[in-house]
Parts: sequence; structure tokens; C-alpha cells
Amino acid sequence: MKITLKVWRQKNSNTPGKLVEYQLDNVSEDMSFLEMFDVLNDSLTRKGEEPVAFDHDCREGICGTCSMYINGRAHGPQTGATTCQLHMRSFNDGDTIVVEPWRARAFPIIKDLIVDRLAFDRIIQAGGYVSVNTGSAVDANEILIPRTIADEAMDAAACIGCGACVAACKNASAMLFVSAKVSQLAILPQGKSEHKERAERMVAQMDSEGFGACSFTGACSVECPKSISLDHIARLNREYLGAKLSSDNIQG
Amino acid sequence: MAWVTQTLSSSLGRKVIMSLTGLFLCSFLIIHAAGNLQLFKGDGGRAFNEYTYFMTHNPLIMTVSYLLYTSILVHALMAFILTRHNQASRPVKYAYSKPEANSEWSSRNMGILGTVLLLFIIIHMRTFWFEMHFGSVPMAEYDGKEYKDLYRVVQAAFGELWYVTLYVICMVAVGYHLWHGFQSGFQTLGIRHKKYTPLIEFLGKYFFAIIIPAAFAAMPIYVYLQVHHII
Ligand code: HEM
Ligand code: SF4
Ligand code: FES
Repeated sequence: MKITLKVWRQKNSNTPGKLVEYQLDNVSEDMSFLEMFDVLNDSLTRKGEEPVAFDHDCREGICGTCSMYINGRAHGPQTGATTCQLHMRSFNDGDTIVVEPWRARAFPIIKDLIVDRLAFDRIIQAGGYVSVNTGSAVDANEILIPRTIADEAMDAAACIGCGACVAACKNASAMLFVSAKVSQLAILPQGKSEHKERAERMVAQMDSEGFGACSFTGACSVECPKSISLDHIARLNREYLGAKLSSDNIQG
Repeated sequence: MAWVTQTLSSSLGRKVIMSLTGLFLCSFLIIHAAGNLQLFKGDGGRAFNEYTYFMTHNPLIMTVSYLLYTSILVHALMAFILTRHNQASRPVKYAYSKPEANSEWSSRNMGILGTVLLLFIIIHMRTFWFEMHFGSVPMAEYDGKEYKDLYRVVQAAFGELWYVTLYVICMVAVGYHLWHGFQSGFQTLGIRHKKYTPLIEFLGKYFFAIIIPAAFAAMPIYVYLQVHHII
């Protein structure tokens, strides 16, 4: 396949970037999108040019690092998939493909296609955990959890923190991510005891990172590689409002 | 009280204000549409004028009307704050974006639709509400009692083709705003459930986004046709 790439090149967060065009003549349709980038970088290195910086790690859809906004969609045209799970057979011979980094105030660009997603880590640090005593692990069936609840929690826990929800949202809102992280704990008995502080703190951190508000367009859920449901956003709204109305925290 | 101001200025709190004011405005739309159906009576405006008299003199309705004016102002102000904040959350736009692949047009354009609604509300209130309260409306007499003849003001306004056209266009904007807005308002409040969400979506789309705006749009068209003796 012949492919024309238009890739966002940006030296660092302070330098303005631009789309740069590259021509690839020998692309196999069995390549993954990232392998196609490896080929591009190989040819750039041979020519003595700076290779395109992009994030990747597992290359099997579980680490969430491979952030690329491809032809106007987060992770490209496939739904329920990350960039590393996208293959060149999803494109046609002669196509032009535009590749940009995630764009959000809260995700500043580090270089080329790599953005800084530490904002997500800080949201988790604000409350996305359960406090437990260390020591030996408790027996697996000590707390019985109905199957439907376990499944619901597992669906939320499938979130890999990739940020596609933020990238796809017109408001660069992190609501789907935060709602998944709040839900996975709030609906399990282990997470119940801290559920009010968790919702309050994680939402406060989300706001202070500069993400937008939720307009409920549903774009996040469609573009999410793990198809996290909008049900979780409704649950986050309930958790947060309930916490605000009933927690002991009167300082805000 | 810090928690109250903090909650209401959070992104979720602001959305709750949008939702409560927006849904309150939706409930008003039902009353407003039902009442104005009197225009179709063909009785020279008597039923309509009696209804407007009731609406401007009943103490309960007058109290609720202040809540209504406040809701419009708060909803519009909050819309402005939220939209500005949301736009600032993506300072550099994508060079190429295909949002139509993942979301509905109406959901992405609530700010533009709302601006059309705000302009409409201003024009609408200038023509009728302002005339009724501060203008010089001719009087009509039914059974020895004097009524402001707002029906004549309606006839004068809806006799103009440009005004009727403007109305119909604005009702399309109302339809799009509520196609997304009604169900979104429930989502904001955390009301989402297998049993009730399908009903809420159905009501929002078919009743609030289609039937209500269609009923409102039919009024100027009907009066126009009547004034010009076409029907
Ligand atoms: C005065 C002019 C208006 C403006 C500027 C406006 C603007 C907006 C905006 C920008 C939103 C979306 C907020 C977001 O993205 O999260 C919204 C939501 C909404 N609007 Fe309006 N609107 C106006 C009038 C109305 C009217 C007349 C109604 C009802 C009859 C209404 C009902 C709603 C509802 C139910 C929502 C959903 C709230 C939510 O998502 O939680 N709006 N409006
Ligand atoms: S909710 Fe989905 S899109 Fe958002 S970070 Fe998690 S996995 Fe990625
Ligand atoms: S590289 Fe790990 S999800 Fe794509």
C-alpha cells in the first residue's frame, strides 16, 4: 500500500508545532498502525532526521499509552480498539492519514505525539484507592459479592487510563475516566466506606486539572477502547451530589 | 456555607444548575403550549384573552413567573460560563476532527442553539410580554368585564410573514435543544436506569423536541392564514 501521512511534529511544549507530510510506499496491510510508524521512524533515522516521538508499550491493547488522534478520531476509525490494535487493512491504498496528539489543556504536549497524562495519576492519587491494612491477603470468598455487581465493577475496572475519552470530547472532559475509577470502587463493599470522600476529592482534582464539564454528547463512550458505559457517569453524578449533600465536610 | 458555593461552582454543580433550570423551563413549556391552544378556538380571541387575564392576575402563577424569569437568566448565565470553560479546556483545536462519527449534532451545539433561544425569548417577550405589561393594548369587553385584548397584538405580529418565519425557525432550534437537553438534564442529576431512561428519552425526543415545538410553530402559521383569510 501507498500511504501519505500528515503527522504533528512539535519539538517541545514551548515550541509551536505543525503537520509534516511523509510518503510511505511499502506498507503491508497486515502491519499494525504502530508498526507502520516504526517503518516511518526507521526511514527517518536512516536519512538522519529526527524520528517521530510517540507513546507505546504493551502493543496489545492493555497499557493505554498509544495515544494518537487518527483521521479525526481517537485511536482511529475502529471502535473498541487502541492504536496498537488498529491495522493498516482499515485503510485504502493511496489514503492520506492525519495523525495528531491528544489535545487538551490538561494534557500538555511533551514532544510530537506524546502528551503528559499525569493529570490522570493525580486524580487517582486524590481518592482512587481503598485504604486497607497490609499483611496477608484475605480469603478470596470472605466478602460475598453478587455476580451482577462484580461484573459491573469489572466493566468499570477495564478502563486503561488512555485518555481517548478526553481526546474525543468536545469539552476535553475527563468524566468517563473519573466515573470509571469512582464506580469500580463505589459499587463494591470494600470501596463503600470511603465513597463520599473519594467522589468529592476526585472531582475536585479533576476540576483543578483544567478538564471541561460533561455535556453528555456520548463521544467518550463511543471512542473508549474498553467501551466504558455512560451509566458510570450518571453514577458519578449521584455519588458526587450525594456526598456533597451528606458528607461531614463543610469546608468544601 | 463554603461547601455550598464550592459545590455550585464545581463542574458538576454548574451542570446541576443547568439541569434544574432547564427542566423547570421544560415544565413551563407544557403549560405555555397548552394555554396558547386557545388561539385555535376561532372565537375572536375571547378564550385566549380570558386565559391571559388569568395568567397575569393569579397570585400563584405570578409568583411562579418570577421563578421562570430567574431560571431563564440563571440558565443563560451558567450556559455562558460553562461554554467558555469548556472551550478553554482545549486551547489548541484539532486540525482534522470527525465528531459526527461519535456524537449527535445537537449535543455538540447546545451553546449555539441556546443563543438562538435567548434571542428568540428577548424578541418574543418584547412583542407580547412587554406590550401586555407596559404597552398600550386595546381593550375588549366580555359580559361587561374589561380585558386587555392581547389577541389583537398576536394577530398583528403573526400577520407578518417575516415574523412567522422567524418563529418557525426558532421552534426548530427549541426542538434540537430539547432533543439533547431533556434527557441530558436527567443524566446530570444521576437519574439513569434501565427501567426509566428509555421512557425519558422517548418523552424528550418525541414530546419535547417534536410535538411541543410543532404545536408552537402551528400557532403563528394558523393566525397568519386566518388574518390573511386564507383559511
Ligand atoms: C435562554 C437561552 C438558553 C441558553 C443560552 C441555553 C443554553 C444551554 C446550554 C449551553 C446547555 C448545555 C450545557 C452543557 O453543555 O452542559 C443547555 C442545556 C439545557 N437546556 Fe438550555 N439554553 C437556553 C434556553 C433553554 C430553554 C428555553 C430550555 C427549556 C425549555 C432549556 C432546556 C435545557 C435543558 C433541559 C438542558 C440540559 C441540561 C443538562 O444537560 O443537564 N434551555 N442549555
Ligand atoms: S474511560 Fe475509556 S477512553 Fe477513558 S481513559 Fe478509560 S479506557 Fe481510556
Ligand atoms: S501500546 Fe499498550 S494499549 Fe496500545
